[in-house]
Amino acid sequence: MSKSLGFLSIATGLCFLVAGIVFGTLGGIFYLFPQDLRDLLPFTKLRPLHVSSIIFWILFTAIGGLYLYLPKHKNRLATKLGLGQYMLLFTAAITILGCYVAGIFGGREYWEYPPVLGALIAASFVLLGINFYKSIRHKPATEPWPVYRWMWFSGILFFILSFAESYLWLIPYFKQNLVRDMAVQWKSYGSLVGSWNMLINGSALFVMEKISGDKTAARKPLTYFMFFLGLFNLMFNWGHHIYSLPVSNTIRYTAYIVSMTELLILAKIIWNWRSSLTHAKKHSHILAYRFFTAADIWILLNLVMAILMSVPAINLYTHGTHITVAHAMGTTIGINTMLLLASVCYACKRFLGDFTASKLKLLNRGLYLSNFSLLIFWVALIGAGISKTVLQTGNPNLPHALLMQQLVPWFVGFAVSGFGIASGIILIIWPLLASILNRKNKQQLQKRQLQPS
Amino acid sequence: MADRIISTSFGIKLIYGSLFVCFLFFTAFVYTSQVPDTTSLPTRELALQGKHIWQKQNCGACHQFYGLGGYIGPDVTNVISAKGKGETYVRAILTHGTATMPNFNLTLKDIDALVAFLQEADKTGKSERHHFMADTYGQIHPKGNKPPQK
Repeated sequence: MSKSLGFLSIATGLCFLVAGIVFGTLGGIFYLFPQDLRDLLPFTKLRPLHVSSIIFWILFTAIGGLYLYLPKHKNRLATKLGLGQYMLLFTAAITILGCYVAGIFGGREYWEYPPVLGALIAASFVLLGINFYKSIRHKPATEPWPVYRWMWFSGILFFILSFAESYLWLIPYFKQNLVRDMAVQWKSYGSLVGSWNMLINGSALFVMEKISGDKTAARKPLTYFMFFLGLFNLMFNWGHHIYSLPVSNTIRYTAYIVSMTELLILAKIIWNWRSSLTHAKKHSHILAYRFFTAADIWILLNLVMAILMSVPAINLYTHGTHITVAHAMGTTIGINTMLLLASVCYACKRFLGDFTASKLKLLNRGLYLSNFSLLIFWVALIGAGISKTVLQTGNPNLPHALLMQQLVPWFVGFAVSGFGIASGIILIIWPLLASILNRKNKQQLQKRQLQPS
Repeated sequence: MADRIISTSFGIKLIYGSLFVCFLFFTAFVYTSQVPDTTSLPTRELALQGKHIWQKQNCGACHQFYGLGGYIGPDVTNVISAKGKGETYVRAILTHGTATMPNFNLTLKDIDALVAFLQEADKTGKSERHHFMADTYGQIHPKGNKPPQK
């Protein structure tokens, strides 16, 4: 597919990441001064602005990876489809953020915008699916697809299905029953997260294959087996969100049995990949390697948390607390963002040339600062969650305002470390965006060709 | 044997297809499984309007039902039946806001609808921890309330 479009998509994603961390930092400040900021920066606007910006960072950058890594086929229709896909998603993203700023809502958690805008996102993914199909069909496979191609395929397919499912609430049968509506809502959200994880993990595996030069890694039976476990999780591992909801026992036991093994799967793959790398190969893509290593550490940390949270008796105490937020942040920043940044670093180096020494310095500082700050942030959120559970369990009638007051020290911790994450991420984004936007590299971009996947 | 199946295009497609079929069946089950029925409540239409207002004001950014939502504000699943709270308390907060919740300038009709929605939510079950008990497998169940069996 088109590399220019790939970099355009990645640059857009990086801009949304900047927006996401700015809104996230403001959200952290709101936690400290809710009374003062109540009218100036309403949380009803800040939260969706932060969440949607981060979702668009993930979507644009993951799609950008697809445009860079899928087999290149010179076809005017493909370019039109790609541009159409980009424009639809970009229009949706900007309109959605504009709606939030103007206080225009109408949707539900994570998709709070008026539902009609969802059609743009869905159409964008349909075009991406068509483009993906044409790209694959262009070069018929003589052997089984590598796992990353299955991951991209699954990511696109399940995004479309789950996104459509998340709008079933518009149908009276679902809308009229709160519990059924919530069950379907969280079913779709679980699969949606799984779908963009597939897109990200697919690109991560592709990059790992290219760096290591081992073409068999993405075709080993163990890798396929782990992909299927991941797919199984995408399909069935969402029920842990709704253990306390009065739904069928079958749903709750299914969720319990299907534990969150997806992270373990990726950890295993990365672990194997890292151990297979020679020193020279590590050094040739040292930045991507470091981001993968950071992601690996976060996978292991979040894996422990995910397993604990998947036990209903423990989930009863973690659910509805900031421990859930810690898990979400650990996976979104620690895993998804680190994997995407590894992919962006690889793509920049491969297609745009080596980073200068000053850019490398910034990237490394950003990597360490963001990860160290994230660790403090993560611990502070867990602390807030545990404190909330202890306080609520000890006194179920404790007024919410008093409860929140007792948690302020933890909020200070996560607000301050949030600044650290934001600073670190900006140190990373700056040189990456500068590389992409630097037109001097344009000729190099045209000359360099990536081997088809 | 398993290695051989998983290494061929046919084997991969077969496993993928089988998983997808299971996914479709499970999806159908989720859509049709038994849930607490609140559709016979006399305030159903009003409650639906309340749900619409809940979404239009993005109340879920700060509040939760069954622990799902934002954490700046409290869980409101059972605010109608909670000790020391109830309809009057809810109406007062919706009318004036609080130190941390803005006054959304809701009309009386909006407030009636939101109250009806919260009343309906309250009838679906209990969300607080002390209303649950864990069984020997680590699964949780509502105390003294038989969960749906289907």
